[in-house]
Amino acid sequence: MIRRPTLIAAAALLFAAACAPGTNANQDIAPAGQEAKGTVEFWHFFTDREAKAIDTAIAKFEKDHPDIDVKVTAGQDDAKMLQAISSGKGPDVGLSYSTDIVGKFCASDAWRDLTPYLKRDKVDLEQFPETVRSYTSYQGKRCAMPFLADVYGLYFNKNLLAQAGYAAPPKTMTELADMAKKLTKRAPDGTIDTAGFLPLLNFYEHTPQHTAPAWNAQWLTMDERSAIGTDPNWAAMLKWHKDLVDWYGYDNLQKFTAGLGDEWSADNAFQQGKLAMAIDGEYRVAFLHDQAPGIDFGTAPLPVADDQADRYGAGFVTGNVAGISANSENPEAAWELIRYLTTETDSVVGLANSIKNVPTTKDALASDELEADEQFQTFLDIFANPNTSTTPPNASGPKYVEMTQEFVNGYLSGSSTDLGGGLKDLDGRIDQALDLGR
Amino acid sequence: MTSVLAVRESTVDARRPVRRRAPRRWRHRLTVLSFMAPALIGIAVFFIYPLFAAIYFSFTKFDLLTTPEWVGTRNYVYLFTHDPVAWQAARNTLWFVVVLVPARMIAALLTAMLLTSLKRGGGFFRTIFYLPALAPPVAATIAFVFLFNPATGPVNGFLSLLGIDGPLWFDSPDWSKPSLVLLGTWAVGDLMVIFLAALLDVPKPLYEAASIDGANGWQRFRHITLPALSPVLVFAAVTGVIQTLQYFTQAAVAASVASGTATTGGGVSSTFGYPEQSTLTYPLHLYVSGFRYYDMGYANALAVVLFVVAFAVTLVLLRRFRAFTGGAR
Repeated sequence: MIRRPTLIAAAALLFAAACAPGTNANQDIAPAGQEAKGTVEFWHFFTDREAKAIDTAIAKFEKDHPDIDVKVTAGQDDAKMLQAISSGKGPDVGLSYSTDIVGKFCASDAWRDLTPYLKRDKVDLEQFPETVRSYTSYQGKRCAMPFLADVYGLYFNKNLLAQAGYAAPPKTMTELADMAKKLTKRAPDGTIDTAGFLPLLNFYEHTPQHTAPAWNAQWLTMDERSAIGTDPNWAAMLKWHKDLVDWYGYDNLQKFTAGLGDEWSADNAFQQGKLAMAIDGEYRVAFLHDQAPGIDFGTAPLPVADDQADRYGAGFVTGNVAGISANSENPEAAWELIRYLTTETDSVVGLANSIKNVPTTKDALASDELEADEQFQTFLDIFANPNTSTTPPNASGPKYVEMTQEFVNGYLSGSSTDLGGGLKDLDGRIDQALDLGR
Repeated sequence: MTSVLAVRESTVDARRPVRRRAPRRWRHRLTVLSFMAPALIGIAVFFIYPLFAAIYFSFTKFDLLTTPEWVGTRNYVYLFTHDPVAWQAARNTLWFVVVLVPARMIAALLTAMLLTSLKRGGGFFRTIFYLPALAPPVAATIAFVFLFNPATGPVNGFLSLLGIDGPLWFDSPDWSKPSLVLLGTWAVGDLMVIFLAALLDVPKPLYEAASIDGANGWQRFRHITLPALSPVLVFAAVTGVIQTLQYFTQAAVAASVASGTATTGGGVSSTFGYPEQSTLTYPLHLYVSGFRYYDMGYANALAVVLFVVAFAVTLVLLRRFRAFTGGAR
């Protein structure tokens, strides 16, 4: 007969075992020169046109690697990948739309350390710009490879600028504010018909994340504490936005933005000529050519703070990242697929041309095959700029970015007025929130 | 008759040897248990185990990927002292419980009473009023956000014809929650049919007798209709409160669509709470903490607190309603 304490202990053991996550990485790798073979399960988040581009790239990969069969699943987001890996399953290769997961997936070994593969196959990481290298590794561990990049700059409507007497886009924030005011057209009742530039920091791609590089505002210190309350660039950046919001009137802006179309539809406000200038990614070039051929537009780097004119040309960069799941049953073939998609020039250029994102390797950027018109070239130049930056990876994902976003929304709406005190308080709250994940 | 048979059976049992009684009792228990087993296994696997697992995880640092690490009460301390967003989310959820649940019950009751008073076309209108409940919540919410678009939606267009400058609805932190309440009261068909069935069960002679005694409409409603409906009202209130404490889909979809970035590749949860956290409900905060920020231990602490609150509110509601109905039910 089983005694009660034994029964309780057994139940507790069973409970603890059931509670343990399912990752089970074996870091042994094959010797150099051994051909990978077998099946690879590949999850990505793309849909429609972009998913077809992935299918084309995979077909080429399978043609070059007849012993590897790739099973592709489209439309998978990070949350699904997280749950699948934690349950001991998941894809061999996962592609994420966000660098936010790199910190957690590297720190927890949910994605394998790729260093042994990189060393064995002598893959030169110097082919990627430093910022790209930084957002694909965390605390010295490289668990991800960059799969194309998104680069952010300024779009401007040439006709609207010409009507207001401007021949070139702004280069400083003072110029941007002046031009925004002059380009704005209002109805007799004061409501906005056409906006020069929308200063709300939660509108489309105009966010603190994409705008901070224009002021060189720092997010985290080297020891991953919040730098927002101590870096004076944050206060300067938010003050500039608040002044312009007040000029428009917050309620007017809210009413105007509420009536604008969805960012990702053909009704996008810039594509409809409702905005003279807007911050957006390089992919908008393709959207404009496809959905709004009548809009005569130009692209330029983000204007910079008046006292940082020497930094003009830099911007924000982020990208898609690919990694091998800890549970991969065929890591060798998985690595072969990642290596092909992220470092083979033909593959990278082909994907960049079809998805209309920025390629991440220097060879691909220099390739004659890369389709880059005048507007797209701007983003390649921003990408190459040494001052172009990104948000630092962190084990709590986008928590610190979104906490800042929440504070900024309140400040611009007028619900919180003490900027200095608010930023200091935000510092403390971010540190406490990040401590939860340490 | 039943009691006589029972007595006879027990008398027969008493004459049998004692040693044969135990196996029979065990066989009976096993038979009962085998009939209950599917339900018991379901409750154990899908309720008791997750509940205890959630309690355990709430005392750990856990990210789904690495082994949980015991951190004592750290998650609860953070929840109650350092997370203003959790309190904002709790206030929003409480607002929905206090406003949305009664609003839905009143709208459903009024609609049901209207339908019972119809002399003709009852079936047709019953169908019409029930139809919104068939609409998938996501589709209904998207449609509502477009209808209430401040600049291009027909609602504000109609209001402007009347000389009224319509509000920003889902784009205003002051109006976003009332807009969701409007959505909730539109799709009230599920409650309405229950109230309708209960109203049709109220004996008509009671109303006739009350009328003869001189009772007016309100008195008939207060002293006949309401007591007759009380079990259904208890059901609607308890399930409504529990559902509203878990309010997720409509708030998430409305925020995403109204923010104008509904189809972004950056993850839907990045727009939760728009505008200015006014639609961020407690379950949305829980989801973001667990699946966006990887703080699964903290998300479990949030879940345990939600469970305790839902349990306590249900108990209080049941007691209050028992008092309301005179303890008869």
